[in-house]
This record gives sequence, structure tokens and C-alpha cells, in this order.
Amino acid sequence: MPLQQTIKYEADRDPHFADWIQSVAGGENLRQCIQCGLCSATCPLSLYMDYTPRRLINLAREGFKKEVLSSFTIWLCASCYACRAECPKQIKVTDIMYTLKRRAIQENAFPKRFPIPVLAREFGKMVFTFGRVNETLLVIDLFLRTNWLRFLSMTGLGLNLMRTGRMSFLPESIKRREELRKILGSLEGKDEFLTWAGPVAKLLDEKEMLK
Amino acid sequence: MKYLYYPGCSLKGSGKAYEESLLAVFRALGVPLAELDDWNCCGATAYMSVEETKSYALAARNLAIAEREGLDVIAPCSACYLVLNKTQHALQENAGIRSRVSGALGAAGLSYQGHVRVRHPLDVLINDIGLDAVKKKIVNPLKGRRFAPYYGCQLVRPYSTFDDPVNPVTMDKLVAAAGAECVEYPLKTRCCGGSLTGTVPEVGQRLSYILIKEAMKRKAEAIVTVCPLCQFNLDGYQDQISSRFSEVRLPIVYFTQVLGLAMGLPSGQLGIHRGIIDAGAVLTAR
Amino acid sequence: MRIGFYICHCGTNIAGTIDAAAVRDFAAELPGVAVSRDYKYMCSDPGQEMIVQDIRDNKLDRLVVAACSPSLHEETFRKAAAKGGMNSFFFQMVNIREHNAWVHEDKAAATQKAKDQVRAAITRVRFHKALEKKSVPVNANVLVVGGGIAGIHAALTLANAGKTVTLVERDSTIGGHMALFDKTFPTLDCAACILTPKMSAVKNHPNITLWTYSEVSKVEGYVGNYKVTVKRKTRYIKEDLCVGCLDCIEACVFKEPKFRDDFNQGLSKRKPVYMSFPQATPKLVTIDPETCIQLKTGKCRKSCAEACDRKAIDFELKDEMKELEVGAIILATGFSAFDPKRHAYYGYGRYPNVYSALEVERLVNASGPTNGEVVLRDGKHPKAIGIIHCVGSRDEHTNKWCSRVCCMYSLKLAHLLKEHTGAEIYDFYIDMRTPGKTYEEFYDRLLQEGVHFIRGRVAEVNDWAMTPEEEGKLVIRVEDTLAGFVRRIPVDMVVLSQGLEARKDAGDVRRLFNIGCGTEGFFQERHPKLAPVSTFADGIFIAGACQGPKDIPDTVAQAGAAAAEALALVDAGHVELEPNTSHVVEEECCGCKSCVPLCPYSAISFDEAKKKASINEVLCKGCGVCAAACPSGSIRQNLFEDEELFGEIEGVLS
Repeated sequence: MPLQQTIKYEADRDPHFADWIQSVAGGENLRQCIQCGLCSATCPLSLYMDYTPRRLINLAREGFKKEVLSSFTIWLCASCYACRAECPKQIKVTDIMYTLKRRAIQENAFPKRFPIPVLAREFGKMVFTFGRVNETLLVIDLFLRTNWLRFLSMTGLGLNLMRTGRMSFLPESIKRREELRKILGSLEGKDEFLTWAGPVAKLLDEKEMLK
Repeated sequence: MKYLYYPGCSLKGSGKAYEESLLAVFRALGVPLAELDDWNCCGATAYMSVEETKSYALAARNLAIAEREGLDVIAPCSACYLVLNKTQHALQENAGIRSRVSGALGAAGLSYQGHVRVRHPLDVLINDIGLDAVKKKIVNPLKGRRFAPYYGCQLVRPYSTFDDPVNPVTMDKLVAAAGAECVEYPLKTRCCGGSLTGTVPEVGQRLSYILIKEAMKRKAEAIVTVCPLCQFNLDGYQDQISSRFSEVRLPIVYFTQVLGLAMGLPSGQLGIHRGIIDAGAVLTAR
Repeated sequence: MRIGFYICHCGTNIAGTIDAAAVRDFAAELPGVAVSRDYKYMCSDPGQEMIVQDIRDNKLDRLVVAACSPSLHEETFRKAAAKGGMNSFFFQMVNIREHNAWVHEDKAAATQKAKDQVRAAITRVRFHKALEKKSVPVNANVLVVGGGIAGIHAALTLANAGKTVTLVERDSTIGGHMALFDKTFPTLDCAACILTPKMSAVKNHPNITLWTYSEVSKVEGYVGNYKVTVKRKTRYIKEDLCVGCLDCIEACVFKEPKFRDDFNQGLSKRKPVYMSFPQATPKLVTIDPETCIQLKTGKCRKSCAEACDRKAIDFELKDEMKELEVGAIILATGFSAFDPKRHAYYGYGRYPNVYSALEVERLVNASGPTNGEVVLRDGKHPKAIGIIHCVGSRDEHTNKWCSRVCCMYSLKLAHLLKEHTGAEIYDFYIDMRTPGKTYEEFYDRLLQEGVHFIRGRVAEVNDWAMTPEEEGKLVIRVEDTLAGFVRRIPVDMVVLSQGLEARKDAGDVRRLFNIGCGTEGFFQERHPKLAPVSTFADGIFIAGACQGPKDIPDTVAQAGAAAAEALALVDAGHVELEPNTSHVVEEECCGCKSCVPLCPYSAISFDEAKKKASINEVLCKGCGVCAAACPSGSIRQNLFEDEELFGEIEGVLS
């Protein structure tokens, strides 16, 4: 096993990171944390996280931005809000996780080929394009982008869903798509997130889909 | 009593049975539900991970459309319920978000004043329609059946005010009204794995596994859910869960299906056949 | 008019924000100001001496000092004025520290505000009149409310000093929470062994009247002269006849105890006629009217009464109201333990083997319901025990504060449980707080004893097993924050270390005695450092956990301090009253009586013969309500006369 040095220098910190988190809605109580670990203990997913939620909060508060934004922790948060409901200092941990996820996408710092951030982005694009989400297409698209082998392992589930009439290959769309585009388009955001153009989309004629 | 119905994407896809049974039960109770005009996706957990203001604006479009009707909105999907309520809170509590979202809505000629109430069908059934009115409609009580009432997370946390967030009981009451028994189920508000069940199966499916295994251990004959994603996770992956952890097999049904059958509605109207694990056998009196 | 003005720097407290020299120069130009100076510490001896000397040298007839809060140094400067030969009340103090320097950052704006404040005082002080403090005699007797260790210690201290003390206790016995405990930390001496001698001393002291099963229902009067009404609830026992032989309990028609035994925290049952514990003081039985058949229905064989050969039981007895006159009052009403049911995730009330710490105190107690044998509600003996700290402490959902004693008593219970059961003990803490003499050493001892200390707030106690070892156990889920991962620990017994909170009726008691309490509900001390046992009601003192969570050593120390303060008051024989009272200008009073019910101190009476209101200036506390409310403007208040107030307003606005 290669030995690794774990010392951190002050230069490794982003001194403004905590202030920034506190300035985003939901991050106000970040500095109240007493590191009691209730969030980690109540979290059903902390056992898979590289940093428990408590450690992540401390890293964020101390400005270890790189560690925080590249962590799996923020992407493993399933938004069950258990930590937020129970935190004795009323820190909105779930909202802070969202804030960090958005920053990780913005800075392209998230773990590559990890399916969750990819799902989040593709979901956003599909919503922008159609106003609604077609779960079937979204999931197929996701597997093709991240791990198409896993796609094969899902065929059993796919057949079951088809058998029970719970699958649809045509995207649903709202009627007034222009209205939604005006709303979302009037807000700041990166253009590359705008249109759904996954592998599946390429196979389908968009005009056909939107009939 | 009249409500707007906000189905959300799942109830038009993998959660069709929820829509079918919900509409059938409300029809039978004589409470009309009108589908919200040209509703769009709430954004769920995924969109919030990409864009903050846009996800609030996305959800707010639904609220703006609903406000024109002046009726409460019923959101049966827990994620929709959470996101729409979260948007309400953000618009109320955060002036910055409020002004950005109003601006965006204005760009499309819409406006939202904050008057819509977003409700879950459990809330409406217990607090508006009332347990007594429901009981009066029960003709086939599911006597002798034992179910695990499972509320999941996003319905009870952090915005719900109609039930206890630690030990919710509204569904227990409805299941009991339908004649079945609720097992003591301490996992009733623990997460099912959400979208992780599909994206990171070894992680997400463990959460679903724990829920199913514990319900079986407590001799429940089915888990009763209130959310399409919970139902999908617990119902759809049992083969994979069985090969990954240990053998599980348990029907996963919507509380509206339980109510519908107890009210004597035909199973075809309630989407019973849409369960991947067949639930028909446990949804009758013993 | 020759006014002397002084501005204090208070080190940098004031001068760090306010330009003192600028304010000095500003004041020097105001009309009537003869002397204007600034100084580093006006409250110091040289500062005071400067005032005295200036009054004499410059023939000053008014004094204004801009410094800190009058609650700190008004008296200091009044004395300086008097020493210089000026009437003390020709003085006005300006608070430019708390009201200005400490709450502002913009120096220029703060300096401008200070000038406005100073001009207001200088304009007002010209209208001041010469006043004298009134001296009234003081009743030498003292009332102590609450018979826990605080009340006991305060009562004994005063009684030993020769004062006549009445100790009023709501419960049927004195002893309070301490009487529940088996051992006390950190010395592990037996609680009963050190408490019961003091309980007996109270009972037997010639200077102490002990009224248990009694509550204060009314308080009137003022410092040195309180009139208190006490409700003495009946026990349905003639107290002078009962000797505590307990024959009546044996004879009760209920053959077996059937009702919740509050003293044992509900871990055992008692009969309607009961005595809380063998050393109960006074040694009298009590009949509970809620459960006694005779008292509820009037249809009982009354076998208890028959069994009493002294004929002490009398179902016809009624509650009595008694009146007391005292000079000072000590409140030692204690705390409530947090109800762990409010923390639903820990399963108290749902899982039988989850216990509150107070229940465990009884469970390990040799005189408790199991004679000290730790046997669980399901009959088993625990092999593994989890102790959870901070239940109802340090939590925004319940109580924000640290309850101060829980770490130490949890360590004590860990030791006792290990000693009694040999079980593995897991202790879950957020921060281990052991500040006290030999407390850290006690923690060292527990570490050495092999208790597992896990730093993390427990999320949940549940009964769903993940592993074979967890089957049938209570599982504690916690992050071991020092290890950095989540652990699940199966145990047989869970102990919830409840925090301390104010009693449910602390708000009523506060109003009854007209004292203050903080947002958390504990009684408010007059000053956290310099007047820790005084309240804003003169002559009423507080001691023990009613003021805030504290352990037995601190409680006893505070009780001694409260006794000393009370003694200093009543022993002086008289007390001086502030002259800022109201009076009625009779010829202007229209007799409308609107002031009479408004007075919170019942100081206003109505003279039916003259058809005029009249104010007892000894009872008046100078709150000003009557003066503000009087429609004819016939009520005047010293130091707050119209011209003084208008002068102040004019000064601040011009």
C-alpha cells in the first residue's frame, strides 16, 4: 500500500467557501455545527459515503473545497431530509448538499462517470425540452452514457414493466412549451444544459417526438 | 369540496396504478379532482442539483396556473409534494428567490401570489373528507390482513404539518378503516433509496432490501405506500435484491388500492395488475 | 445654575467608539455647564474625588455623568454628589456604554448620538428637585420556598444565625430531587447519608417552621415587609397525632399497592395512603384524594382510620390558608427533568427497557423499588447498557442549553450500573463536560473502568435487527465521530440522561413573586456575576436550579449566598427606599379611580370620604403606570415630572 501524506496546509483552504455556502439559501446555520454526528447516524446512506455528512460539514466550514466538491458524499445524498429534520442546531444539511452539488457541476469537479450527477444533468435537459420527464427514456439514456453493461442487467425489470404496462417510449410534453422556455430562459444558467440531446434523443426525430 | 389534481410525471408512467386507484377512490367518495391545466414536471430532486432558481421557477409555474383556479392542489407523489411545498417556503422566506422567480414567471405573462395550498391525498382524506365518510364506503373490509404502513421520507419531512414526522399515523388509520391490521413498523419513515436504486443499485437496493426484509419479518403481507418512487423501488427490484442480498418477496401496494378494494371497486380500475409482485392475493379478506 | 459634566472612557469600552473629548467640548458649551471633563475611569476613586472636589471648588449644584448603566454606578455617583455636599438627586446619569458604544460601530454617528444623550440629560437635570430616601423598618423573619437541598441549606443557615424561618414545600416531604439519588458524584458518597441529617435538622430546629404539602398562594407588600398567604393542603391526617407508624397503610382496603408511586418515578405502586420513603420528613402519612375511595365516593370501610390507635385520620379535614409576615424571601423551587418522551427517536415509552436517568437513580438505589437490583421491566438483567447524554439539552428542537450536570451524573450512573450488573457500558456523549473540582479525575476513573466512550449524538434507538447479535435487542445507531463511521450497537437497556429545565409552573411562580425569568424559563438573577442570587424584586432571592441547571455543590453554595444576602437585609433592621415614587396632587384629583386597579403593587387606595386617590409611597415601586394613566394629570412621579421628561425630550431632539 503506498503511503500518503495527509497533512493540510492553509494554502489548501478556500477561505471564502464557508461564507459563500452561508450566503446561499439553506446554508445560514453552517457555522452552528457542533460535530455531534447526528446527521451521519440518521443518514441511511452515510455508510457508503467517503466523508460522513458531519465530516463534510466540517470540511466545508473549514474551506476544504476541493475535497468537498469531488466527494461521493454529496451525490449519495438521496434527499430524505432525516438529517435536516433532526439536526440539533437546525442546519439544513440537505439544502447544503444541493448547494454543493450545483457548485460541483458548475466547476466540473464531480466524480466522472458516476451516474448520479449525469442523471441530474440529463433530467434537467429533458425537463427543459419537454416540460415533463419520461422515466423510461431518461433511464435508458443514463445507462448508455455511464455503464451500458448495466443496461443489460436491467432487461428483466424492463420486461416486467412492459408486461404491467408501466413503460412508455414516447416522451410526454406540455402544450405551452414556449411559456416554460420563456420562464427558464429568462434566468441565468449555462446554455449547454438547455436541450436534451442524449443518445436516445438522437435516435428519435425530435419533431416526431413532440407531436 | 373540489381539488386540483397534480399527477406529476411518475403517475403518468411507472406509477399509473397510483393514478388509477386515486381517481377511482375519490370518484367513489364523490370528490371531484380536476387535472391541473398543462402542468409541468416539478423538478424532483434532480433539477435542484443542477439549478436553484430555475428549479423553483419550474415548480412555481404549476403554482401560478393553480392559483388561477383558487383550489387546493393534491400532489400524490411525495417528491412533487415536497418540491411544491419547498418552493412555497422558499418564495415566502427568501426575498431574493421570490423576486427572481416572479421575474421569470412574468417573462411568460404568469404571476404567483403565494395563495395555493399543496396537499397530499392522505391529508385530504383524513382532514377534509374524514375517516367517518371513508368508513361508510367500506363494503369489503380486508379482515385478517396484516400490512406494513410505509410513508417514506419526503412526505413527512421536512414540510408536512398534517402528520407526526417521527411516527406518522394517517395512513395507519385508513388501512385500519379498510379492515386490515397495521404491523408495528419502525422503518415507516426511512428512505427507500430514492433514485439511487437505479443509479447506484448496490447502494440504493440495500435500503429497499432492509425495508422489505423487516416488513416480512414482522409478518406483513404487503407494504402499503404513498409514493410512486417508493412503490417502484420496492416492487421493481425484488429479483435483483434477492440475488444481491437474500430472498425477498412481498407485494407493494398503494394505500389507494387498499382503500379501493375495501370500498368494493373493481380491481381493474385500481391498477392491481400493474404490480410486478402480484398483490391480488393479499388484497382480499382472509 | 452650575452644572458639572463628566464623561467616562471606561478604558476603551466607551472611548473606543465615542470621541470623549469631542463630547466633553460639546457639553462645555451648553447653557449652565460650569465644568466639563473626561476621564479614563470615572468610577475609580480619583474619578469620584474629582467630582467631589469640583462641587466644592466650583459651587456646582447639578451633576451629569455619562458612563455605563445606572444599574451599575448610579449609586456611586450619587454618593460622590452627597460627599461634595449636593443633594444626591440633583444628579442624572447618561448610559453611553450599553445604549451606545457597545451597540454601534460607526464612530462619528455614535459620537453624535452621545452628544444628543448628554444634551438631554443636561436639559433635564435643571428641573431636578432635592429628594430624600425613605427608611422603613424590616421584618426579621424569612420565608424559604422549596424544600430541596437548596431550601434546606438556606433555611438552616438563617436559622443558625438566629432568624425565624418558615420553610414551605409543595410535596409531602422535603428532600427534593436529591432524596431520589443513590450516590452523588464525584465522591460517590451516599446521597441519603448526607441529606437526611440535614432534613432532620430542619424538622428539629427551634427557629424553623416546616410547612410541607403547602404552597404560597399570594404575596403582598415590599422589601422588608412582605405579607404572604400559604395554602396548607390537608393530608387528611392530624399532623400532631400521627407518628408515622404506617399501620394505616397496612390496613388500607387496597390489599396491594395499585397506584403510580411518583417518588419511585412510577417504577413501583403505592396505596392511596402513603409515605414517600422511610426517611420522609416530616414523618407523616398522606392520603391522596385522587385515589382514596373514601375521599372519592364516601363509601369505604375506612379500615385505615380504624387501624390508627391515635385516631389521627380525619376525612373531614379541610385545606387551610395561613398568613405570614416576613422581611425577605428565598425561592429555591428547583427544576423539572426533561420528559424523554419528547425525543421520540429514543423510544422512551415505546420500548420498555428504555429508562430515564431519574428512573435509573431509583433502580440502583438500595431503598428503591428493587432494593438496588438492576432488573429490567421485562425481568431480565442487562448484559449491555447504553447511556445517552444530552437528551433534551443542546438541541434547538427542545432545550438549547447545556444542562451542566448530565455528563457527570451519566458517569456516575455508568459506574453504578457497571458495579451493580457487570454489564458492558456504552456512554454516548457530544462533548464530555467535567469542569469541577475532582470531576475530570472521576472521568479518568471511568475511562480506567473500561466504559466505552463514544463521541456522537445518538440518532435512534430501534428494535430492527441487521445482524444475528442484534436480534431481540435495542439497537443504538450513532456516528462514532472520533472513528469517523456509523456504528450500530445492540444493548439490553438504554438510559436517557435527561436535561434540566424550568418547572412547568415557573411562569406562575415568577408572577406571584413579581420577579423575572429568561426565555428558557429559569428565574432571572439581578446580575449574572455581581448579584447572582438577587432578583429585580428587592428582598427576594433565588437559589439552586430554579435559577439555572447546577449540581449539588453549586446549589448549596448558592443557597448559602442567598441566606447571607437575606440575612444582610433583615439584620440591618431597616431598609432605604428609592424616592422615585408617585404622589397625588389632591386638589387636582377628580376621583375617577382609574389609577386604582392599574397599580401592580396595590399601592393606591381610594379615600371615600375625600373622594380622592391616595398612594402609599412605601408600597410604590415607581413604575409610573398611574402617572401616565391619570386623565387629570394629578399624579406626579419624583424624577419623572413633566418638566423633567419634556426637558429630556427637548434635549435629545434639539
